[in-house]
Amino acid sequence: MKKVQFKSKYTQYIFLAPTLIIISIFLYLPIVQTFRDAFTTQDAFGFGRFFAGWDNFKFVLSDPSYLVALKFTFIYIFVITVISCSLGLLLAVQANKVIHGKSAYKTLLIWPYAIAPAVVGVTAQYFFSERFGILYALFNSLWGFDWTANIFDAYIYLFIAGSWKQISANFIFFLAGLQTIQKSVIEASLIDCRSSLRRFWTITFPLLMPTTFFLVIINITYGFFDTFGIIDTTTIGAPSGETKTLVYKAYIDGFRGLDLGAAGAQSIIMMLLVLTITIIQFRYIERRIHYN
Amino acid sequence: MIINRLTQMFAHFILLLGVLLMVIPIWLAFTSSTHDNVTLITEGMQWYPGPLFIENYDEVLNEKGGFSEEITATGMLINSFIMGLGIATLKVIISMMAAYSLVYFRFSLATPIFWFIFITLLVPLEVRIFPSYKIVSDMGLTNSYTGLVLPLVASATAVFFFRQFYKSVPDELLESAKLDGANSWRFFIDFLVPLSKTMIAAMFIFMFVFGYSQYLWPLLMTTDEKYWTVVMGMKLIYVELYEGVSLPRVGQRFAYIILSIIPPVLIVVLLQRWFIKGLIQTEK
Repeated sequence: MKKVQFKSKYTQYIFLAPTLIIISIFLYLPIVQTFRDAFTTQDAFGFGRFFAGWDNFKFVLSDPSYLVALKFTFIYIFVITVISCSLGLLLAVQANKVIHGKSAYKTLLIWPYAIAPAVVGVTAQYFFSERFGILYALFNSLWGFDWTANIFDAYIYLFIAGSWKQISANFIFFLAGLQTIQKSVIEASLIDCRSSLRRFWTITFPLLMPTTFFLVIINITYGFFDTFGIIDTTTIGAPSGETKTLVYKAYIDGFRGLDLGAAGAQSIIMMLLVLTITIIQFRYIERRIHYN
Repeated sequence: MIINRLTQMFAHFILLLGVLLMVIPIWLAFTSSTHDNVTLITEGMQWYPGPLFIENYDEVLNEKGGFSEEITATGMLINSFIMGLGIATLKVIISMMAAYSLVYFRFSLATPIFWFIFITLLVPLEVRIFPSYKIVSDMGLTNSYTGLVLPLVASATAVFFFRQFYKSVPDELLESAKLDGANSWRFFIDFLVPLSKTMIAAMFIFMFVFGYSQYLWPLLMTTDEKYWTVVMGMKLIYVELYEGVSLPRVGQRFAYIILSIIPPVLIVVLLQRWFIKGLIQTEK
């Protein structure tokens, strides 16, 4: 904290007021509501509300389709993170190396960052449609690709649609991370080690670790929440519910089924998952202080 | 440094592959948006531009669509802009103020309030979507710009970005400002805001793209087509176009996709220097 600060009776609250008011109405009220939904059941006509204890949670967690969504969410996040991080890193390392055209490459590689996930999904849908799809035709001729029938093929479809724009985000941060590495370190390593590949893995990559940690968190959050628009515009859970993420499933269950108790319980489970991610993030921030 | 020709060529080769990976999908969407639907349906997506550029784009921008035939893509683009600008402007302003209060004021409630704001990071809109919808509809804010914007302004991310930044500002700045007789308002407006220019720009671009890209919230919130945004309309227009006419209007669909991509991409590309600089700052 600052050594020198202002002291006032009210001024600080005037500065805080807009944020606090908006957060209270649009965040805390819904959260309270979510907890109330999760621990109560309503009868079919919406007249009565009864305390239900952990019933909604037991119901959700014993539902096989919830476990399918849980499994898919983790696989999806993992694969997207691996693909987009490694390609982003590869491109950033090369872009940091070239002498000519650096800024042109940078511009040409960052713009997909700005495209909305739902737009990516709608576009991907054409590449994977039976009628038009260039990728559909290519994969189909290779191994009989058909995402409407085959789970594995539906996965591939979503992996490609989900990773594409995320490569850009990873590229931006890795490039920034590479540019903060001091020239003297690189020059010293040039004397010690002749193999550029070994130089990368023993010197550059460890120095990039903080950026990598940070990006892993960014990618997890993206895979968790932002992929809703992609799934809703591509497979919609096809072949038969195997490609729903937790967020997508909670939405469909709450919207179609109108089972607010189950939707509330699902929301709370997700909050716990996000809490875990945040704790990890915090530990990483602490670790980061050691690096610097 | 030793300049190795082979390494340079290899780097250019990889980068070109990367650029192609990013450009080809959108190029194909663009070229396909300039063909007539019969060609597209019989021959698939097209690699070269066709003759119908003006016709297709004019039709998408000006023809009324939707279920009640009230909205055009132009209208949806305007709505998306209002949503993006509204979220970005409000969020930057209120978050700067809140962060300023938390960093530059000494008061006993600072820590509890910090946690009160911090915990909200755990609950993105997607997690609290139904209760949020209920509250917004109880307030009578469905089908309004206020309802589109405010619930998305309620998040702590920007407060933390600015808090991190203010903490890195040297103490001497406030000391000298105090010597000059600046009070807390003057210090904020005359010293801190000008100093945060890069951060403001980056946060603004970031939040604009965030607001413009919203899909689920407008989908749930707007039943009146007057308030449709271009990203959420994407799927609805698609359904409409397929059912409404005998021939699927694929060319117009692609034109619609391209039109929706242009504004945020232009902003990120044109302002990339500020954007990247700010993002690197926030990462610290």
